[in-house]
Amino acid sequence: MANTATMDEPTRRDMLFIATGAFAAIGAASIAWPLINQMNPDASTIAAGVPVDVDLGGIKEGQIVTVKWRGNPIFVRYRSQKEIDEAVNVDVAKLPDPQADADRVKKAQWLVLIGVCTHLGCIPQGHDGPFDGWLCHCHGSVYDTSGRIRQGPAPYNLAVPPTAFSADGKKLTIG
Amino acid sequence: MSGPSTYQPKSALGRWFEARLPIGGLVHSSFVAYPTPRNLNYWWTFGAILSFMLGAQIVTGIVLAMHYTPHVDYAFNSVETIMRDVNWGWFMRYAHANGASMFFIAVYIHMFRGLYYGSYKAPREVLWILGVIIYLLMMATGFMGYVLPWGQMSFWGAKVITNLFSAIPLVGNSVTTWLWGGYAVDNPTLNRFYSLHYLLPFMIAGVVVLHVWALHVVGQNNPDGIDVKNVEKDTVAFTPYATIKDSFAVVVFLIFYAWFVFFTPNYLGEPDNYIQANPLATPAHIVPEWYYLPFYAILRAIPDKLIGVCALFGAIIVLAFLPWLDTSRVRSGKYRPIFKVCFWLFVLSCLGLGWLGAQEPSGGYVIAARLLALYYFGFFLVLLPILGLVETPRTPPASIAEAVLRGKTATIDQH
Repeated sequence: MANTATMDEPTRRDMLFIATGAFAAIGAASIAWPLINQMNPDASTIAAGVPVDVDLGGIKEGQIVTVKWRGNPIFVRYRSQKEIDEAVNVDVAKLPDPQADADRVKKAQWLVLIGVCTHLGCIPQGHDGPFDGWLCHCHGSVYDTSGRIRQGPAPYNLAVPPTAFSADGKKLTIG
Repeated sequence: MSGPSTYQPKSALGRWFEARLPIGGLVHSSFVAYPTPRNLNYWWTFGAILSFMLGAQIVTGIVLAMHYTPHVDYAFNSVETIMRDVNWGWFMRYAHANGASMFFIAVYIHMFRGLYYGSYKAPREVLWILGVIIYLLMMATGFMGYVLPWGQMSFWGAKVITNLFSAIPLVGNSVTTWLWGGYAVDNPTLNRFYSLHYLLPFMIAGVVVLHVWALHVVGQNNPDGIDVKNVEKDTVAFTPYATIKDSFAVVVFLIFYAWFVFFTPNYLGEPDNYIQANPLATPAHIVPEWYYLPFYAILRAIPDKLIGVCALFGAIIVLAFLPWLDTSRVRSGKYRPIFKVCFWLFVLSCLGLGWLGAQEPSGGYVIAARLLALYYFGFFLVLLPILGLVETPRTPPASIAEAVLRGKTATIDQH
């Protein structure tokens, strides 16, 4: 180091500094990740998120039944023909989050949605609002009879969870 | 400002200790000999009031933590146990819950004072930004504390606020799942909020130390916004002058605080929070605690989620840029005739937004909130930069001593 003539040249010591620094950074990052990742859902939470079954027999036409899946309400709505027509006869291209009703249901009369407003997570009120679907009282988002956003601050349609009907059509599996 | 301390402990033990850890000298130079401008008014006592409130919140909070259970099945009942069974539990909880409100009342007055008298201007930019950081930490602490009783407003407040982060493009949903530790606000969320609610006040205390340090490096601003020119004539010693004045203000503030605690302890709370959290039923009308209402109104005024969330956070972050947004060379609003009007309109717009934040988000309320939100941002981003260039300020007094003695024939030496 005392030799000023070689100061600009990389030395073995520079190499050691860089290598040590790099290992310290890698070490810090590999310790940081467990500290961050511990906050993600734990194994028991994930295990408790298994699918749930709903008996469709007791649900009347026009009724909305709420079941709980993964801590969130799931709306199971037995739509009347009028409600189906309202959902189908819409110019899809003009919707804020364009999606055809057929892409959101497996059987036209059964509409299944995650009942969490896509704005800030409130539970919208069923059979409410100008489109006969849902109205979120928190910030005024309006959903139609397909659960699609029509007015208000919510950016997306109500989410559709994965579903499967039993062979006889009397039971619905959510998840 | 104060220079090297001339503090000399009187006892031999004191001198022995001071030679090994000069904490006596630090306290003496910071809180005894420290020169304070002699023209300070009572708006300058809120620093002491805030220090007191931070202490009160930490003490009552530690006591409450001895009786509280951070679990979704027990949290609500443990709070009721505190209210009914724990010795003086009702007092500790009401003091803590109302203490949060008092803390925010004091911090808002403190901030408006800084705004009016230009306390954020050079050389106090870092001091001001540290204050903004304290305010952000206070908001986070208050929010997480409100979740702990696990009532309906706790739960739905937590859900709405954590959902703000779902507005982040691409990673929003991953971020909210990470914050919740699950698919919804649930037990893991409550646990981590409890952990952080206990941590953050100590982080606030740490930043307060930096805030006071920065204050003592650059010196206090004052109602006339002029620098200390002659320490002898322009300042008085912190002790006894500021100490006694601050203590008096703290006592007056305590009376105000005690009135809430003892006579109307639930006035600032929401009745819905005495209903246990129900993840399947949103209350008809969700409102945050009063101290977040102006920002909540800004969020709701904007019909787009991402822009709304950006506006909400932007309304707070803009404060950090205040030292550079205000172009006026005169510090104090006292000498700025147009600024003065704009400032009071700004205060009114904040109060108006606060009121609108508690109303239904429909019709005229939304339009009013939009107009006031426009003024809120316009004040910072348009009025402050332009005013400094076009306004003709009045001339501040030449010195603090002159400001104090203006209109009086007496001189400093005569008392």
